[in-house]
Amino acid sequence: MDLSYGSHYEAFRQDTRRFIEANSHLAPEGPALDREKTRAWQKLLIENGYLARSIPKKYGGYGAEVDLLKSRIIAEEFARAQVAPGLGGQGIAYLVPTLLELGTEEQKLRFVPPTLRALIIWCEGYSEPNAGSDLASLATSAVLEGDEWVVNGQKIWTSTAQIADWMFCLVRSEPDAPKHQGISFLLFSMDTPGIRVRPLKTMTGDSHFNEVFFTDVRVPKDQIVGRRGEGWKVANALLLHERDDLGDPNATLTRLHALVDLMKNEAADGRRAIDNPVYRDRLMRIQGRVMAMRANDLRLLSAKLNHKDASLAALIVKLQGTELRHELEGLAIDALGEIGILYGDSPHLRDGGSWQSMYMLYLGLIIGGGTAQIQKNIISERGLGLPREPKVTA
Amino acid sequence: MEFGLSTQQTLLVDSIGRYLARNASLERVKRFVNENEKRAHDVWAGLCDLGVPGMLIAEKHGGIGCSLLDAALVAETLGSRVAPAPFVATVVMAPIAIAQAGSDSQQSRWLPALATGSVIAGAAVAEAASSRQGAAVRRDGSTLNGRALFVLDFEADVYLVADENRALYLVEAAAPGLTRQSLTTIDKTRCVGELVFDNVAADVLPGSGDPEVCARVIDAGRIMLAADTLGAAQHMLTRAVAYSKERVQFGRVIGSFQAVKHMCAEMAAELEPCRAMMWYAAHAFDAIPDEARLTACHTKAHVSEVGTFVARTSTEVHGGIGFTDELGLHLWFKRIGANRQLLGGPQRVREEAARLQRLVNLC
Repeated sequence: MDLSYGSHYEAFRQDTRRFIEANSHLAPEGPALDREKTRAWQKLLIENGYLARSIPKKYGGYGAEVDLLKSRIIAEEFARAQVAPGLGGQGIAYLVPTLLELGTEEQKLRFVPPTLRALIIWCEGYSEPNAGSDLASLATSAVLEGDEWVVNGQKIWTSTAQIADWMFCLVRSEPDAPKHQGISFLLFSMDTPGIRVRPLKTMTGDSHFNEVFFTDVRVPKDQIVGRRGEGWKVANALLLHERDDLGDPNATLTRLHALVDLMKNEAADGRRAIDNPVYRDRLMRIQGRVMAMRANDLRLLSAKLNHKDASLAALIVKLQGTELRHELEGLAIDALGEIGILYGDSPHLRDGGSWQSMYMLYLGLIIGGGTAQIQKNIISERGLGLPREPKVTA
Repeated sequence: MEFGLSTQQTLLVDSIGRYLARNASLERVKRFVNENEKRAHDVWAGLCDLGVPGMLIAEKHGGIGCSLLDAALVAETLGSRVAPAPFVATVVMAPIAIAQAGSDSQQSRWLPALATGSVIAGAAVAEAASSRQGAAVRRDGSTLNGRALFVLDFEADVYLVADENRALYLVEAAAPGLTRQSLTTIDKTRCVGELVFDNVAADVLPGSGDPEVCARVIDAGRIMLAADTLGAAQHMLTRAVAYSKERVQFGRVIGSFQAVKHMCAEMAAELEPCRAMMWYAAHAFDAIPDEARLTACHTKAHVSEVGTFVARTSTEVHGGIGFTDELGLHLWFKRIGANRQLLGGPQRVREEAARLQRLVNLC
């Protein structure tokens, strides 16, 4: 056991801290996308090696060696300072590494640099009304006519579609092939005629998602990643890059600190929430679980660094992390009592209403990105070697 | 940076696991339980050959001087085999107390004997962890009086005893005025008992005036009980998965039904982080003083909760056969159940965690 990163890395941590202190006023804030500010921030971060660190210079990155500890330090320090660490998400975190792995040279040069600079914001066209957990049964069709794919159909749960410039999209290009072999992975501009985006308001009151409709959307033939019919393979490669930032234990820890503060300050009947032994025990129970997930996270980092297998420890993160966060937010609402129902711009609201909105959002995240039940299938099949449910032969 | 087990640690676990598989088989454990044996001399002898009793004792006293994590890994292995062997008191709590607070003569008298395993120590410190009504040991001048309940590794030659002020003493099993009464618990794989002191001569550990020593001994004990539970729960999960791959109902193995798969997935999802948590707690005990106590409390509480969940769920996956004596799965269920309560149940230990963080208003 050696939990220190070493003096070389501590120096890097200090440099990172200094950079953040000197530049944090330039970081974009708030949930809405400020394109100007975001682009300038991306540029500054990349030029200083705090973003796209190990992506080659010719593709618009910083061009350093892969170094997991430095990446970790960067993430830790930006989180600690509560400064936006640069854009991640569908384009930068998922598509860019997939293109670098499976894209053509022309596609890499064309798409990676502007994506890193936030000149292209991407959305992910995966789920459909009839293809949710069973994603491979998707039906949006793509028919090759001359030099163009003609796309028809509908996507749903498409985050950021209302602001995205481009979409990467799974389509059925080989209707006669078995379902996993009939899918292709297309890239197209959201300005292409025939695309209609309809925001989908969620239970939180915000529009996190959209429905996207395609009517004869014409896509140049070469805007395909991998060969036709190999889209499922590309989609799976992309899935590996979907980081486990859902229920990240370090973010949960920050939230736990806020919850402790809340319970120390919020009083009913002349008694602070923390002095109620039932609430206090719930808080301590959550703290124990956060501790377990942080230790698990440390184990995963170490396993990556030292090339050890910790696959089961990785498979459980999304399920456990989102459940834990949902429960944590729920305790705050209970500790607030009647105040807990206030929302929007109500008087007496605490912390901007974030406890309720996060409580609901995390229910969404328990469902999204592979439902809790799908996660349990994955854990039992890949982690424990249990058989798949037999197919129904009707 | 490395947060994982070293090759040496993996080898240690493997060699003890192999030894126990041969010499502490389910059949052997059942014999120990059914015949109410007090000491499994055969099992203990082999553990002595492997150096287990002296793991935490310094080389100058004839031990090996391992880390607490090494000891926790052994505890985990013992738990996974429900091994009928003393450990938490004689290998961990007593040596730590004597090394930290004992006089030179106490150290040279007891540590080498504990290191070879020729002497076994019990730990009568439950009252310092959570005090029951009617149980307490008090010092009257040079003697001890009172009662200590839930003495760990009860079939011992000498006891580490905590008084009501958390000062620590060594009392030999044969000391005049000491009455021993074993307690029948759900877990018959290990011995628990009570001691009654009637003017028993007190041999105090001179360094234990600082209650911190006793607290640290309890921290170590809690981490070991959590590790034992981790091993036992991992065994129950492994058994449930194996059973669900072979048991056929409705023309298919039950492990292909989502209801059963999800039970197994939930057990794995809860249990896997406990492994890293146990490593962290044991490492913190040795290396991160600021976090050691809080981590020990939370690890004891959390792993106990998860252990209880796994014990119940694994039994359910087995269906009716899981409830039988013959299958023997109940031995693991009961071991987990006992570990949960000893040295403070989850609620009690979480309250201590809150206190450590000054979250409890004492007025």
